[in-house]
Amino acid sequence: MRVESYGTLAEAARAMGPDAVFMAGGTLVMRDVNAGTAASRIVRSADPALREIRASGDGFSLGAGVTMAQILAHRDLAFLAPVARAVGGPQVRNMATIGGNIFAHHPYGDFAVALLALGSRVVQAGQGGARSLDDVLRERGRSGGSSAIIAAIEAPRPRDPRAFGFLKVSRIKPKGVSVMSLAAHLPLEGGRIRGARVAFGAMGPAPLRSAAVERVLEGQRLDATTIARAAQLAGDGLDPPTDALASAWYRREVAGAHLKRLLEKMERG
Amino acid sequence: MAKKPVTFTLNGSDRAAFAEEGLNLLEFLRRGIGDLSPKYGCGQGACGACTVIIDGETHLACLTMADAVHGRKVETASGLANGKVHPLQEAFMEYFAAQCGYCTPGMLMSAKVLLDRNPSPTRADVIEAISGNLCRCTGYEPIIDAILATANMRARA
Ligand SMILES: Cc1cc2nc3c(=O)[nH]c(=O)nc-3n(C[C@H](O)[C@H](O)[C@H](O)COP(=O)(O)OP(=O)(O)OC[C@H]3O[C@@H](n4cnc5c(N)ncnc54)[C@H](O)[C@@H]3O)c2cc1C
Ligand code: FES
Ligand code: FES
Repeated sequence: MRVESYGTLAEAARAMGPDAVFMAGGTLVMRDVNAGTAASRIVRSADPALREIRASGDGFSLGAGVTMAQILAHRDLAFLAPVARAVGGPQVRNMATIGGNIFAHHPYGDFAVALLALGSRVVQAGQGGARSLDDVLRERGRSGGSSAIIAAIEAPRPRDPRAFGFLKVSRIKPKGVSVMSLAAHLPLEGGRIRGARVAFGAMGPAPLRSAAVERVLEGQRLDATTIARAAQLAGDGLDPPTDALASAWYRREVAGAHLKRLLEKMERG
Repeated sequence: MAKKPVTFTLNGSDRAAFAEEGLNLLEFLRRGIGDLSPKYGCGQGACGACTVIIDGETHLACLTMADAVHGRKVETASGLANGKVHPLQEAFMEYFAAQCGYCTPGMLMSAKVLLDRNPSPTRADVIEAISGNLCRCTGYEPIIDAILATANMRARA
Protein backbone atom coordinates (compact mmCIF):
# COMPACT_ATOMS: atom_id res chain seq x y z
CA MET A 1 0.00 0.00 0.00
CA ARG A 2 1.16 3.50 -0.83
CA VAL A 3 -0.03 6.73 0.76
CA GLU A 4 0.11 9.77 -1.52
CA SER A 5 -0.41 13.33 -0.28
CA TYR A 6 -1.14 16.23 -2.61
CA GLY A 7 -1.10 19.95 -1.91
CA THR A 8 -4.03 20.68 -4.16
CA LEU A 9 -7.28 18.91 -4.94
CA ALA A 10 -6.61 19.17 -8.66
CA GLU A 11 -3.39 17.16 -8.26
CA ALA A 12 -5.18 14.61 -6.07
CA ALA A 13 -7.97 14.30 -8.66
CA ARG A 14 -5.39 13.57 -11.38
CA ALA A 15 -3.78 10.90 -9.17
CA MET A 16 -7.04 8.95 -8.71
CA GLY A 17 -7.62 5.71 -10.59
CA PRO A 18 -9.19 2.28 -10.19
CA ASP A 19 -6.43 1.18 -7.77
CA ALA A 20 -6.79 4.26 -5.55
CA VAL A 21 -9.12 5.39 -2.77
CA PHE A 22 -9.43 8.96 -1.52
CA MET A 23 -9.10 9.38 2.23
CA ALA A 24 -10.71 12.32 4.04
CA GLY A 25 -11.33 11.98 7.80
CA GLY A 26 -10.42 8.33 7.47
CA THR A 27 -13.04 7.04 9.94
CA LEU A 28 -14.05 4.41 7.37
CA VAL A 29 -10.97 4.14 5.14
CA MET A 30 -8.62 3.61 8.12
CA ARG A 31 -10.61 0.54 9.17
CA ASP A 32 -9.62 -1.02 5.85
CA VAL A 33 -6.05 0.19 6.21
CA ASN A 34 -5.84 -1.40 9.67
CA ALA A 35 -7.36 -4.62 8.38
CA GLY A 36 -5.01 -4.70 5.40
CA THR A 37 -7.94 -4.62 2.96
CA ALA A 38 -7.55 -1.05 1.66
CA ALA A 39 -6.87 -0.14 -1.96
CA SER A 40 -3.24 -0.28 -3.04
CA ARG A 41 -3.02 3.53 -3.19
CA ILE A 42 -4.47 5.93 -0.61
CA VAL A 43 -4.78 9.49 -1.93
CA ARG A 44 -5.00 12.44 0.46
CA SER A 45 -5.03 16.19 0.01
CA ALA A 46 -4.22 19.02 2.40
CA ASP A 47 -5.89 21.60 0.14
CA PRO A 48 -7.29 24.26 2.52
CA ALA A 49 -10.32 24.67 0.24
CA LEU A 50 -11.51 21.29 1.50
CA ARG A 51 -12.10 22.74 4.98
CA GLU A 52 -13.84 25.93 3.84
CA ILE A 53 -17.38 26.88 4.86
CA ARG A 54 -19.08 29.71 3.04
CA ALA A 55 -22.53 30.69 4.23
CA SER A 56 -24.60 33.47 2.72
CA GLY A 57 -28.20 34.59 3.06
CA ASP A 58 -29.66 32.24 0.49
CA GLY A 59 -27.19 29.37 0.38
CA PHE A 60 -24.07 27.76 1.71
CA SER A 61 -21.09 25.88 0.39
CA LEU A 62 -19.22 23.24 2.38
CA GLY A 63 -15.78 22.01 1.41
CA ALA A 64 -15.96 18.22 1.25
CA GLY A 65 -13.41 18.00 4.06
CA VAL A 66 -15.52 20.04 6.50
CA THR A 67 -16.06 17.99 9.66
CA MET A 68 -19.22 17.46 11.69
CA ALA A 69 -17.54 19.42 14.52
CA GLN A 70 -16.98 22.37 12.17
CA ILE A 71 -20.70 22.39 11.30
CA LEU A 72 -21.57 22.33 15.00
CA ALA A 73 -19.28 25.29 15.66
CA HIS A 74 -20.67 27.41 12.80
CA ARG A 75 -23.31 29.87 13.92
CA ASP A 76 -24.88 30.38 10.51
CA LEU A 77 -25.49 26.67 10.09
CA ALA A 78 -27.44 26.15 13.30
CA PHE A 79 -30.26 24.42 11.41
CA LEU A 80 -27.79 21.65 10.47
CA ALA A 81 -26.42 21.22 14.01
CA PRO A 82 -28.91 18.47 14.99
CA VAL A 83 -27.82 16.53 11.90
CA ALA A 84 -24.09 16.87 12.61
CA ARG A 85 -24.69 15.95 16.26
CA ALA A 86 -26.39 12.73 15.15
CA VAL A 87 -23.16 11.42 13.62
CA GLY A 88 -21.11 9.19 15.95
CA GLY A 89 -19.57 10.40 19.21
CA PRO A 90 -17.42 13.51 19.77
CA GLN A 91 -14.18 11.93 18.50
CA VAL A 92 -15.85 10.74 15.30
CA ARG A 93 -17.39 14.19 14.77
CA ASN A 94 -13.94 15.79 15.03
CA MET A 95 -12.76 13.55 12.18
CA ALA A 96 -15.78 12.62 10.03
CA THR A 97 -16.22 14.76 6.93
CA ILE A 98 -19.19 15.71 4.76
CA GLY A 99 -17.59 14.18 1.65
CA GLY A 100 -16.96 10.90 3.44
CA ASN A 101 -20.56 10.85 4.64
CA ILE A 102 -21.81 10.92 1.06
CA PHE A 103 -19.90 7.70 0.37
CA ALA A 104 -20.52 6.02 3.73
CA HIS A 105 -22.54 2.85 3.36
CA HIS A 106 -25.59 2.20 5.52
CA PRO A 107 -26.16 2.33 8.41
CA TYR A 108 -23.97 5.41 7.98
CA GLY A 109 -24.62 8.48 5.85
CA ASP A 110 -26.94 10.50 8.09
CA PHE A 111 -25.60 13.87 6.95
CA ALA A 112 -25.98 12.92 3.28
CA VAL A 113 -29.70 12.35 3.92
CA ALA A 114 -30.09 15.95 5.08
CA LEU A 115 -28.06 17.28 2.14
CA LEU A 116 -30.27 15.30 -0.23
CA ALA A 117 -33.46 16.74 1.26
CA LEU A 118 -32.01 20.25 0.89
CA GLY A 119 -31.45 19.81 -2.85
CA SER A 120 -27.64 19.93 -2.73
CA ARG A 121 -25.29 20.08 -5.66
CA VAL A 122 -21.88 18.50 -5.79
CA VAL A 123 -18.76 20.15 -7.20
CA GLN A 124 -16.21 17.57 -8.33
CA ALA A 125 -12.49 18.31 -8.18
CA GLY A 126 -10.92 19.11 -11.51
CA GLN A 127 -14.32 19.41 -13.23
CA GLY A 128 -16.38 22.49 -13.99
CA GLY A 129 -20.01 22.90 -12.97
CA ALA A 130 -21.97 21.01 -10.36
CA ARG A 131 -24.08 17.83 -10.39
CA SER A 132 -27.12 17.09 -8.28
CA LEU A 133 -26.46 15.01 -5.18
CA ASP A 134 -29.39 12.83 -6.30
CA ASP A 135 -27.34 11.72 -9.32
CA VAL A 136 -24.13 11.20 -7.35
CA LEU A 137 -25.94 9.03 -4.78
CA ARG A 138 -27.84 7.07 -7.42
CA GLU A 139 -24.55 6.33 -9.15
CA ARG A 140 -22.99 5.35 -5.84
CA GLY A 141 -25.91 3.03 -5.11
CA ARG A 142 -25.30 1.28 -8.43
CA SER A 143 -21.50 1.10 -8.47
CA GLY A 144 -20.69 1.20 -4.75
CA GLY A 145 -18.26 4.11 -4.95
CA SER A 146 -16.72 6.81 -7.03
CA SER A 147 -13.27 7.50 -8.39
CA ALA A 148 -14.00 11.22 -8.67
CA ILE A 149 -13.18 13.45 -5.71
CA ILE A 150 -15.84 15.78 -4.40
CA ALA A 151 -14.49 19.28 -3.79
CA ALA A 152 -17.55 20.92 -2.25
CA ILE A 153 -21.27 20.65 -1.67
CA GLU A 154 -23.55 23.59 -2.35
CA ALA A 155 -27.10 23.94 -1.13
CA PRO A 156 -29.80 26.55 -0.88
CA ARG A 157 -30.59 27.62 2.67
CA PRO A 158 -34.20 27.00 3.74
CA ARG A 159 -35.85 30.42 3.86
CA ASP A 160 -37.58 29.38 7.05
CA PRO A 161 -35.44 27.01 9.15
CA ARG A 162 -38.66 25.41 10.43
CA ALA A 163 -39.28 24.13 6.88
CA PHE A 164 -36.38 21.71 7.39
CA GLY A 165 -36.60 18.69 9.67
CA PHE A 166 -34.36 15.74 10.48
CA LEU A 167 -34.83 12.57 12.49
CA LYS A 168 -32.42 9.77 13.19
CA VAL A 169 -33.88 6.53 14.50
CA SER A 170 -31.43 4.47 16.53
CA ARG A 171 -31.62 1.93 19.30
CA ILE A 172 -28.88 3.45 21.47
CA LYS A 173 -28.77 7.10 22.55
CA PRO A 174 -26.55 8.97 22.18
CA LYS A 175 -24.33 7.62 19.42
CA GLY A 176 -26.28 4.64 18.13
CA VAL A 177 -26.16 4.07 14.38
CA SER A 178 -29.26 4.46 12.24
CA VAL A 179 -32.10 2.03 11.90
CA MET A 180 -33.02 4.77 9.47
CA SER A 181 -32.68 8.52 9.14
CA LEU A 182 -35.16 10.91 7.59
CA ALA A 183 -34.94 14.50 6.40
CA ALA A 184 -37.57 16.75 4.90
CA HIS A 185 -37.55 20.18 3.35
CA LEU A 186 -41.09 21.47 3.01
CA PRO A 187 -41.11 25.14 1.98
CA LEU A 188 -44.50 26.82 2.37
CA GLU A 189 -46.04 29.29 -0.04
CA GLY A 190 -49.31 30.80 1.16
CA GLY A 191 -49.57 28.01 3.72
CA ARG A 192 -49.13 25.25 1.12
CA ILE A 193 -46.11 23.03 0.53
CA ARG A 194 -44.22 23.94 -2.67
CA GLY A 195 -41.17 21.91 -3.69
CA ALA A 196 -41.34 19.10 -1.11
CA ARG A 197 -38.20 17.01 -0.74
CA VAL A 198 -38.20 14.00 1.58
CA ALA A 199 -35.15 11.74 1.91
CA PHE A 200 -34.46 8.47 3.72
CA GLY A 201 -31.17 6.93 4.83
CA ALA A 202 -30.59 3.21 5.43
CA MET A 203 -33.67 2.52 3.27
CA GLY A 204 -31.83 1.67 0.05
CA PRO A 205 -28.35 1.12 -1.36
CA ALA A 206 -27.67 4.86 -0.75
CA PRO A 207 -29.76 7.70 0.72
CA LEU A 208 -32.75 8.25 -1.53
CA ARG A 209 -35.83 10.42 -1.93
CA SER A 210 -39.38 9.16 -1.66
CA ALA A 211 -41.26 10.29 -4.75
CA ALA A 212 -44.53 8.87 -3.38
CA VAL A 213 -44.33 10.86 -0.15
CA GLU A 214 -43.26 14.05 -1.93
CA ARG A 215 -46.23 13.73 -4.29
CA VAL A 216 -48.84 13.55 -1.53
CA LEU A 217 -47.28 16.46 0.34
CA GLU A 218 -46.97 18.77 -2.67
CA GLY A 219 -49.53 21.57 -2.73
CA GLN A 220 -51.07 20.52 0.61
CA ARG A 221 -51.17 22.09 4.03
CA LEU A 222 -49.06 20.24 6.59
CA ASP A 223 -51.96 18.98 8.72
CA ALA A 224 -53.05 15.70 10.31
CA THR A 225 -54.79 14.43 7.14
CA THR A 226 -51.79 15.09 4.88
CA ILE A 227 -49.39 13.61 7.43
CA ALA A 228 -51.48 10.44 7.72
CA ARG A 229 -51.55 10.04 3.92
CA ALA A 230 -47.78 10.58 3.67
CA ALA A 231 -47.11 8.09 6.47
CA GLN A 232 -49.14 5.45 4.67
CA LEU A 233 -46.90 5.73 1.60
CA ALA A 234 -43.59 5.98 3.47
CA GLY A 235 -42.23 2.56 2.46
CA ASP A 236 -43.24 2.92 -1.22
CA GLY A 237 -40.45 2.54 -3.75
CA LEU A 238 -37.78 2.08 -1.06
CA ASP A 239 -35.53 -0.95 -0.95
CA PRO A 240 -34.38 -1.23 2.67
CA PRO A 241 -31.46 -3.48 3.59
CA THR A 242 -31.39 -6.21 6.21
CA ASP A 243 -28.49 -5.86 8.62
CA ALA A 244 -27.62 -6.51 12.25
CA LEU A 245 -29.79 -3.56 13.35
CA ALA A 246 -33.04 -4.38 11.59
CA SER A 247 -34.55 -6.46 8.83
CA ALA A 248 -35.82 -4.97 5.58
CA TRP A 249 -39.35 -5.96 6.66
CA TYR A 250 -39.01 -4.11 9.96
CA ARG A 251 -37.59 -1.00 8.33
CA ARG A 252 -40.43 -0.87 5.82
CA GLU A 253 -42.98 -1.56 8.54
CA VAL A 254 -41.87 1.31 10.83
CA ALA A 255 -40.96 3.90 8.15
CA GLY A 256 -44.48 5.37 8.27
CA ALA A 257 -44.48 5.79 12.05
CA HIS A 258 -41.16 7.62 11.96
CA LEU A 259 -42.16 9.83 9.03
CA LYS A 260 -45.30 10.74 10.97
CA ARG A 261 -43.19 11.71 13.99
CA LEU A 262 -40.92 13.89 11.88
CA LEU A 263 -43.79 15.63 10.06
CA GLU A 264 -45.72 16.19 13.29
CA LYS A 265 -42.65 17.76 14.83
CA MET A 266 -42.36 20.06 11.79
CA GLU A 267 -46.08 20.87 11.93
CA ARG A 268 -45.67 22.03 15.54
CA GLY A 269 -42.82 24.28 14.30
CA MET B 1 7.44 -0.09 3.18
CA ALA B 2 8.59 3.50 3.05
CA LYS B 3 9.16 5.29 6.34
CA LYS B 4 8.43 8.93 7.01
CA PRO B 5 9.84 11.19 9.70
CA VAL B 6 7.12 12.56 11.98
CA THR B 7 7.90 15.50 14.24
CA PHE B 8 5.32 16.54 16.81
CA THR B 9 4.77 17.59 20.40
CA LEU B 10 3.71 14.89 22.85
CA ASN B 11 2.47 16.14 26.20
CA GLY B 12 4.55 19.28 25.79
CA SER B 13 7.83 17.63 24.69
CA ASP B 14 9.17 17.68 21.14
CA ARG B 15 9.32 14.21 19.63
CA ALA B 16 10.51 12.81 16.33
CA ALA B 17 10.29 9.27 15.02
CA PHE B 18 9.89 7.36 11.77
CA ALA B 19 6.49 5.97 10.91
CA GLU B 20 5.86 3.28 8.32
CA GLU B 21 3.53 4.37 5.56
CA GLY B 22 -0.07 3.66 6.55
CA LEU B 23 0.75 3.05 10.23
CA ASN B 24 -1.96 4.30 12.54
CA LEU B 25 -1.27 6.80 15.31
CA LEU B 26 -2.13 4.30 18.06
CA GLU B 27 0.53 1.82 16.94
CA PHE B 28 2.95 4.67 16.35
CA LEU B 29 2.51 6.08 19.87
CA ARG B 30 2.64 2.68 21.54
CA ARG B 31 5.38 0.94 19.57
CA GLY B 32 7.28 3.80 17.96
CA ILE B 33 7.27 6.28 20.83
CA GLY B 34 6.65 3.99 23.79
CA ASP B 35 3.64 5.82 25.21
CA LEU B 36 1.42 2.93 26.30
CA SER B 37 -1.42 5.05 27.74
CA PRO B 38 -3.67 5.02 24.65
CA LYS B 39 -5.20 1.53 24.48
CA TYR B 40 -6.12 -0.77 21.63
CA GLY B 41 -9.71 -1.92 22.04
CA CYS B 42 -11.20 -2.46 18.61
CA GLY B 43 -9.10 -0.76 15.94
CA GLN B 44 -12.38 0.32 14.30
CA GLY B 45 -13.40 3.53 16.00
CA ALA B 46 -16.07 1.91 18.14
CA CYS B 47 -14.65 1.83 21.67
CA GLY B 48 -12.73 5.08 22.27
CA ALA B 49 -9.96 3.36 24.28
CA CYS B 50 -7.40 4.93 21.91
CA THR B 51 -8.70 8.52 22.34
CA VAL B 52 -5.96 11.15 22.27
CA ILE B 53 -6.13 14.94 22.04
CA ILE B 54 -4.76 16.55 18.86
CA ASP B 55 -4.60 20.36 18.89
CA GLY B 56 -7.24 20.49 21.60
CA GLU B 57 -9.73 18.05 20.01
CA THR B 58 -10.28 14.39 20.79
CA HIS B 59 -9.40 12.00 17.99
CA LEU B 60 -9.38 8.23 17.66
CA ALA B 61 -5.72 7.26 17.32
CA CYS B 62 -6.60 3.92 15.69
CA LEU B 63 -8.28 5.74 12.78
CA THR B 64 -5.65 8.46 12.38
CA MET B 65 -2.60 8.04 10.21
CA ALA B 66 0.58 8.56 12.22
CA ASP B 67 1.94 11.25 9.91
CA ALA B 68 -1.25 13.32 10.34
CA VAL B 69 0.17 14.64 13.64
CA HIS B 70 3.30 16.04 11.95
CA GLY B 71 3.75 19.57 13.34
CA ARG B 72 0.83 19.23 15.76
CA LYS B 73 0.31 18.94 19.51
CA VAL B 74 -0.70 15.55 20.86
CA GLU B 75 -1.83 14.91 24.44
CA THR B 76 -2.30 11.50 26.01
CA ALA B 77 -3.27 10.30 29.47
CA SER B 78 0.38 9.76 30.37
CA GLY B 79 0.84 13.54 30.29
CA LEU B 80 -1.97 14.29 32.74
CA ALA B 81 -0.07 13.77 35.97
CA ASN B 82 2.35 16.63 36.41
CA GLY B 83 4.30 15.97 39.59
CA LYS B 84 1.04 14.90 41.21
CA VAL B 85 -2.03 13.20 39.79
CA HIS B 86 -4.44 15.33 37.79
CA PRO B 87 -7.70 16.30 39.57
CA LEU B 88 -9.62 14.12 37.11
CA GLN B 89 -7.44 11.14 37.99
CA GLU B 90 -7.94 11.82 41.68
CA ALA B 91 -11.72 11.98 41.23
CA PHE B 92 -11.69 8.75 39.17
CA MET B 93 -9.97 7.03 42.11
CA GLU B 94 -12.26 8.53 44.72
CA TYR B 95 -15.45 7.64 42.83
CA PHE B 96 -14.35 4.14 41.76
CA ALA B 97 -14.59 5.24 38.13
CA ALA B 98 -11.95 2.70 37.07
CA GLN B 99 -12.37 -1.02 37.59
CA CYS B 100 -10.26 -2.88 35.04
CA GLY B 101 -9.03 0.56 33.91
CA TYR B 102 -8.83 -0.24 30.22
CA CYS B 103 -11.22 2.52 29.17
CA THR B 104 -9.80 5.03 31.67
CA PRO B 105 -7.08 6.75 29.58
CA GLY B 106 -9.59 7.41 26.78
CA MET B 107 -12.29 8.54 29.24
CA LEU B 108 -9.82 10.95 30.83
CA MET B 109 -9.02 12.50 27.45
CA SER B 110 -12.69 13.05 26.63
CA ALA B 111 -13.31 14.42 30.12
CA LYS B 112 -10.33 16.77 29.90
CA VAL B 113 -11.49 18.35 26.64
CA LEU B 114 -15.00 18.73 28.05
CA LEU B 115 -13.80 20.54 31.21
CA ASP B 116 -11.29 22.67 29.26
CA ARG B 117 -14.15 23.95 27.12
CA ASN B 118 -17.00 23.89 29.59
CA PRO B 119 -15.95 24.27 33.24
CA SER B 120 -19.50 23.72 34.54
CA PRO B 121 -21.05 20.94 32.47
CA THR B 122 -24.46 19.45 33.18
CA ARG B 123 -24.89 15.72 33.61
CA ALA B 124 -26.24 15.59 30.04
CA ASP B 125 -23.10 17.38 28.78
CA VAL B 126 -20.93 14.76 30.49
CA ILE B 127 -22.92 11.87 29.02
CA GLU B 128 -22.60 13.43 25.56
CA ALA B 129 -18.86 14.05 26.02
CA ILE B 130 -18.08 10.42 26.90
CA SER B 131 -20.56 8.92 24.44
CA GLY B 132 -17.69 7.83 22.18
CA ASN B 133 -16.00 5.89 24.99
CA LEU B 134 -17.21 2.44 25.99
CA CYS B 135 -16.80 1.06 29.49
CA ARG B 136 -17.65 -2.56 30.13
CA CYS B 137 -17.12 -2.48 33.90
CA THR B 138 -18.52 0.52 35.73
CA GLY B 139 -21.94 1.10 34.19
CA TYR B 140 -20.78 4.70 33.56
CA GLU B 141 -22.41 6.26 36.64
CA PRO B 142 -19.17 6.45 38.69
CA ILE B 143 -17.38 7.98 35.68
CA ILE B 144 -20.06 10.62 35.23
CA ASP B 145 -19.99 11.38 38.96
CA ALA B 146 -16.20 11.68 38.94
CA ILE B 147 -16.22 14.17 36.05
CA LEU B 148 -18.98 16.26 37.64
CA ALA B 149 -17.15 16.20 40.97
CA THR B 150 -13.97 17.48 39.30
CA ALA B 151 -15.92 20.38 37.79
CA ASN B 152 -17.52 21.19 41.16
CA MET B 153 -14.23 21.01 42.96
CA ARG B 154 -12.63 23.38 40.47
CA ALA B 155 -15.54 25.79 40.76
CA ARG B 156 -15.11 25.90 44.55
CA ALA B 157 -11.33 26.33 44.38
C1 LIG C 1 -17.63 4.68 15.77
C2 LIG C 1 -18.21 5.24 14.52
C3 LIG C 1 -19.50 5.75 14.53
C4 LIG C 1 -20.05 6.29 13.38
N1 LIG C 1 -21.32 6.79 13.44
C5 LIG C 1 -21.86 7.33 12.35
C6 LIG C 1 -23.18 7.88 12.38
O1 LIG C 1 -23.84 7.86 13.42
N2 LIG C 1 -23.69 8.40 11.26
C7 LIG C 1 -22.99 8.44 10.09
O2 LIG C 1 -23.50 8.95 9.11
N3 LIG C 1 -21.75 7.93 10.02
C8 LIG C 1 -21.17 7.38 11.11
N4 LIG C 1 -19.93 6.85 11.03
C9 LIG C 1 -19.28 6.71 9.73
C10 LIG C 1 -18.34 7.84 9.31
O3 LIG C 1 -17.60 8.31 10.40
C11 LIG C 1 -19.05 9.03 8.69
O4 LIG C 1 -19.96 8.59 7.73
C12 LIG C 1 -18.09 10.04 8.10
O5 LIG C 1 -18.80 11.19 7.67
C13 LIG C 1 -17.21 9.52 7.00
O6 LIG C 1 -16.31 10.54 6.66
P1 LIG C 1 -14.71 10.38 6.65
O7 LIG C 1 -14.16 11.69 6.23
O8 LIG C 1 -14.21 9.81 7.88
O9 LIG C 1 -14.58 9.31 5.47
P2 LIG C 1 -13.35 8.48 4.94
O10 LIG C 1 -13.16 7.27 5.79
O11 LIG C 1 -12.17 9.35 4.71
O12 LIG C 1 -13.95 8.06 3.53
C14 LIG C 1 -15.15 7.29 3.45
C15 LIG C 1 -15.49 7.06 1.98
O13 LIG C 1 -15.80 8.29 1.32
C16 LIG C 1 -14.92 8.52 0.24
N5 LIG C 1 -14.63 9.95 0.24
C17 LIG C 1 -14.28 10.71 1.32
N6 LIG C 1 -14.15 12.00 0.96
C18 LIG C 1 -14.42 12.05 -0.36
C19 LIG C 1 -14.43 13.11 -1.32
N7 LIG C 1 -14.16 14.37 -0.98
N8 LIG C 1 -14.72 12.79 -2.60
C20 LIG C 1 -15.01 11.52 -2.97
N9 LIG C 1 -15.01 10.48 -2.10
C21 LIG C 1 -14.72 10.75 -0.83
C22 LIG C 1 -13.72 7.66 0.51
O14 LIG C 1 -13.02 7.35 -0.66
C23 LIG C 1 -14.34 6.46 1.17
O15 LIG C 1 -14.88 5.61 0.22
C24 LIG C 1 -19.32 6.30 12.18
C25 LIG C 1 -18.01 5.82 12.16
C26 LIG C 1 -17.45 5.29 13.31
C27 LIG C 1 -16.05 4.79 13.27
S1 FES D 1 -9.19 1.15 19.46
FE1 FES D 1 -9.66 3.04 18.56
S2 FES D 1 -11.75 3.21 18.94
FE2 FES D 1 -11.35 1.21 19.67
S1 FES E 1 -13.17 0.21 33.82
FE1 FES E 1 -13.10 -1.63 32.67
S2 FES E 1 -13.79 -0.91 30.74
FE2 FES E 1 -14.10 0.81 31.95
